[in-house]
Amino acid sequence: MLRFILSRIGMAVPTVFLVAVVVFFLIRLVPGDPAALLLGDMASPESVAALRSDLGLDKNILTQFAIWLTNVFQGDLGTSITTKEPVAHLVIERFKVSAGIVLVAVALASLAAVPAGFIAALRQNSKLDLTLVSVAALLLSIPTFWLGLVILLIFGLKLGWLPVVGYVSVAEDPSRGLLYVLMPILTLFLHEIGVLLRMARASALEVLRLDYITHARAKGLPERTVLWRHVFPNAFAPTLTLIGLVLGNMLGGIAVVETVFTIPGLGRLLVDAIFGRDYPVIQGCLLFIAVIYVLVNLIVDLCYPLFDPRVKIT
Amino acid sequence: MKTLSANAMVGGLFVGAFVIAACIGSVWTPYDPMALDMKARLAGPSIQHLLGADEFGRDVLSRLMLGASASGIVSLATVAIATILGTALGSISGYLGGWTDRVLVAVTNALLAFPGILLALGLLAIFGANKYGIVLALGIAYTPSVARIVRGTVLSLREREFIDASRVSGDSEMYTLLRHILPNCLAPLTVLSTSMFGWTLLSESALSFLGLGVPPPAPTWGNMLAAARPYLAQAAWLAIFPGLCISIVLLGINLLGDALRDRLDPKMRGMQ
Repeated sequence: MLRFILSRIGMAVPTVFLVAVVVFFLIRLVPGDPAALLLGDMASPESVAALRSDLGLDKNILTQFAIWLTNVFQGDLGTSITTKEPVAHLVIERFKVSAGIVLVAVALASLAAVPAGFIAALRQNSKLDLTLVSVAALLLSIPTFWLGLVILLIFGLKLGWLPVVGYVSVAEDPSRGLLYVLMPILTLFLHEIGVLLRMARASALEVLRLDYITHARAKGLPERTVLWRHVFPNAFAPTLTLIGLVLGNMLGGIAVVETVFTIPGLGRLLVDAIFGRDYPVIQGCLLFIAVIYVLVNLIVDLCYPLFDPRVKIT
Repeated sequence: MKTLSANAMVGGLFVGAFVIAACIGSVWTPYDPMALDMKARLAGPSIQHLLGADEFGRDVLSRLMLGASASGIVSLATVAIATILGTALGSISGYLGGWTDRVLVAVTNALLAFPGILLALGLLAIFGANKYGIVLALGIAYTPSVARIVRGTVLSLREREFIDASRVSGDSEMYTLLRHILPNCLAPLTVLSTSMFGWTLLSESALSFLGLGVPPPAPTWGNMLAAARPYLAQAAWLAIFPGLCISIVLLGINLLGDALRDRLDPKMRGMQ
């Protein structure tokens, strides 16, 4: 078991390294002197020159990369050009806001979509199946930013139940904070139901027609045992992979939902940084989100043997 | 089978309507999509303005039609870039093998380690937030997916007898690749390109919605939605119609993509 865990972690390390390489060189592709870019337009020539030697820009590019990587490992992602705050602090603070919304939305969507997908697969081509598949296809096709605007229009403006603009941290004021995150959670929840339901249904269908299911039925196991022991665990494994992918994709795509509901999350931080050409923040956000994505997939990989015995643990 | 053909028909209908609207929109619109008319400011849907007018009195229907052609062109260009680059890299990687393959696979994996739209956002920071920036950023962001699929197909074909036959009969490597290997990648590429068209349309609207896409006053469905947000209370239709257009086209592409995959990949028939 330990060897399995270690080998999977070992596989994630090169990926994280490659991600760091891409993020580092991506920002280097921006035309202009990196030191001037990092300091912004208002910097004096002296401070630019000072940062140049600090960053080792006079040294070759590999040395520069090594210096940057060392800083990153020490938790130093640089300083924001616009707010002068440490990027690492900014990213973590904003991540807490986004992560709460994403986690709750994905958890609720999984709880609703996986059973619904399995039921649809068991009643393949029934009216219920067709309805569920159609609803999923529809939800999948509605962009989150429009779904968000429609939800805002209904619950915020027409019914007036929820606040339209602003944000209160759930940690500071749980009851009021909750009001501000309900609509974004509902938006992401509805969208992901579409994605996950299709996947759960497809993998259940695939498992249902395998020989060992026929065998289990033929040897006289009650249908309940067949389903709970043989169908559901095996059908859940691919869905679990997708849940991991969905979690990561949401972190990348949450900027639009945060824009609709004026929530100060990580996505909004990245977009504002792109607007403001705040390269240290752009770099920090890209690196952080990509590493989280790799970590989520690693965790999914580690959970895999719990559901799919075919994955060898050694 | 009945539901399958229904999928293809409904999908084809929606996508067809989009293509027709985009084609007409690029040559003719009921009003000048850029013409300001303060008298019609925030006018609701009526006989004069079928889908209403926006905060500058511009005709929403005209802007949606022009936006359809803009989005269509951006998506086509993006899919073309990703398909050409991805096919070139994937086939070279799979066919040559060795160190070329190892390096290309490592780069592909690194790029695929970025979730969804994130890589495009990073690339946009370099290319700049405009029409060309979007095409380049999304095109490059989708290239790894194409490269991976093409490489897989090439690898599975490389050892087959008809490829050996082509080599033995004295065909050049290039000829073998173009004549015998790449045609076999067409089926998976068609399915992927269809989905990619949908992803691009969605991503382009999302980026324009964020203000990182095609800058106003040129209309796209995304920036029309973004402009509508402050007027949600007075003029809800400004937000309803562009979003409805995006959703209908995406639904059409998804249905069409499912139908295509069922046709080209019979193993998956009726699964999704």
